Amino acid sequence: MKKSGSIENKLIPISFFTILIFIWELVARLELVPAYILPGPIRIIKTLFMNLPVLKEHIIVTSLEAIAGFVISAIFAIAICLLMDSITIVKKAIYPLIIVSQTIPIITIAPLFAIWFGFGYLPKVVIVVLVCFFPITISLLEGLSSVDEDLLNLIKSMGANKIQTYKMVKLPAAMPSFFSGLKIAGTYSIMGATIGEWVGGKRGLGVYMLRVKHSFATDKVFATIIVITLLSILLLKVIGIIERKSMPWIYKQELENTEEYK
Amino acid sequence: MYKVEINNVSKSFGQLNTLDDVSLELKENQFVTILGPSGSGKSTLFNIISGLLIPDKGEVLIESEVYTGRTGRVSYMHQKDLLLPWKNILENVCLPLNLKGYSIKEAKIKALNYFKLFGLEGFEKNYPNQLSGGMRQRASLLRTYLFSNDIMLLDEPFGGLDAITKRTMQQWLLEVFEDLKASILFITHDIDEAIFLSDKVYVLSERPASVKAEFEVNIARPRSLDTFTCKEFNEMKKDILDLL
Repeated sequence: MKKSGSIENKLIPISFFTILIFIWELVARLELVPAYILPGPIRIIKTLFMNLPVLKEHIIVTSLEAIAGFVISAIFAIAICLLMDSITIVKKAIYPLIIVSQTIPIITIAPLFAIWFGFGYLPKVVIVVLVCFFPITISLLEGLSSVDEDLLNLIKSMGANKIQTYKMVKLPAAMPSFFSGLKIAGTYSIMGATIGEWVGGKRGLGVYMLRVKHSFATDKVFATIIVITLLSILLLKVIGIIERKSMPWIYKQELENTEEYK
Repeated sequence: MYKVEINNVSKSFGQLNTLDDVSLELKENQFVTILGPSGSGKSTLFNIISGLLIPDKGEVLIESEVYTGRTGRVSYMHQKDLLLPWKNILENVCLPLNLKGYSIKEAKIKALNYFKLFGLEGFEKNYPNQLSGGMRQRASLLRTYLFSNDIMLLDEPFGGLDAITKRTMQQWLLEVFEDLKASILFITHDIDEAIFLSDKVYVLSERPASVKAEFEVNIARPRSLDTFTCKEFNEMKKDILDLL
């Protein structure tokens, strides 16, 4: 029962997606829209593979900026969250600031970083850090504060100190919510790096995108969009794998359940 | 000498009077139940005994020593099993030993001795969410026992279980109690459970809670399912019901 249901769940969106792609290809083949405005999907894929040697260098640069920013951001977020969670006054001081800072559209301050940090990798990494920081911090903080009060009392009544409480209860309890933050940040990170590259630079997918845009190579713009999307998905998958490895208790329960359904 | 003595303890939260001049005693190897309506401040009393809360008035003595507001002496088991979902059963029950400074290996060896008695054999490596409610409560009880094996506070440990599992667990607890040589303070709002398990029952009034009456339960041990229908049991049940 359940199996056929899940096939149906996959089959319907996949066939719908295929139909959309097919219509798109048809529109391009019949030249209803000129190719410099909307190239067909087959042409885009061809362009993608033909340009792969050129794209490779840009992919590496953008990925490195995104990953570096992501990791730095995660480390910062963990440190700030631990401070905020353990010292109330720090939370009261910083938390509103973090929320308010989110009303500033990052794209509007990107040029500022170019002025401050030049056109190298640094301003891009800074943008990625800023973009990733918010979702990781908010979700980790929420995870830390949502721990069952009775559980904290129990471990306190057993004489646990603050460090033991964090290590044994609070941090593991916050993991699921921390990882959902990481996943959002992961998808933002590639975008953040690309925005940083639009403002100026020598290498990276953002730079490449602007370059091909100026020469109206729309198929190459589309090819870059696909690459960026795939990179984001890849990063998401990697985070998902790490998530499963670091939370075996949830993974094990899933196993048990699927066995039950068989 | 009493294991635990509560002398004239009062506690209020703001305007809300929760405990009003409560005194009770627990002797060595005794099973004492505190019976009272829901929300009568029974859990507050346990929080005070375990040292998590400080009473407005009165004191807590453990083996004649003042323990008011000091944690880490008695063990406290909650209605919820409160097992850590990210640790397997063995790691969970080892938790109090690790906090006491046992090495991981020593703690495991010590804990494993009890797995058979607590009916958890073969489930050492399972995570809590793979176990039934009754097993989780047994694991929780083992963890409580390993923390402090002489004085245990059990706060409606079977409150979340279905009626059949609850009955099985009560019988099991009585059997284990004979082996463990522990002194137990037990909270419940179930009159049958109170009489069946205890040597002594304190009946609390509604909020603000004070001791309405105390009953010595003189039904011989070991007790069995027949206890539920014997004469003494029913007489005592009637007395308590009249009181409430």
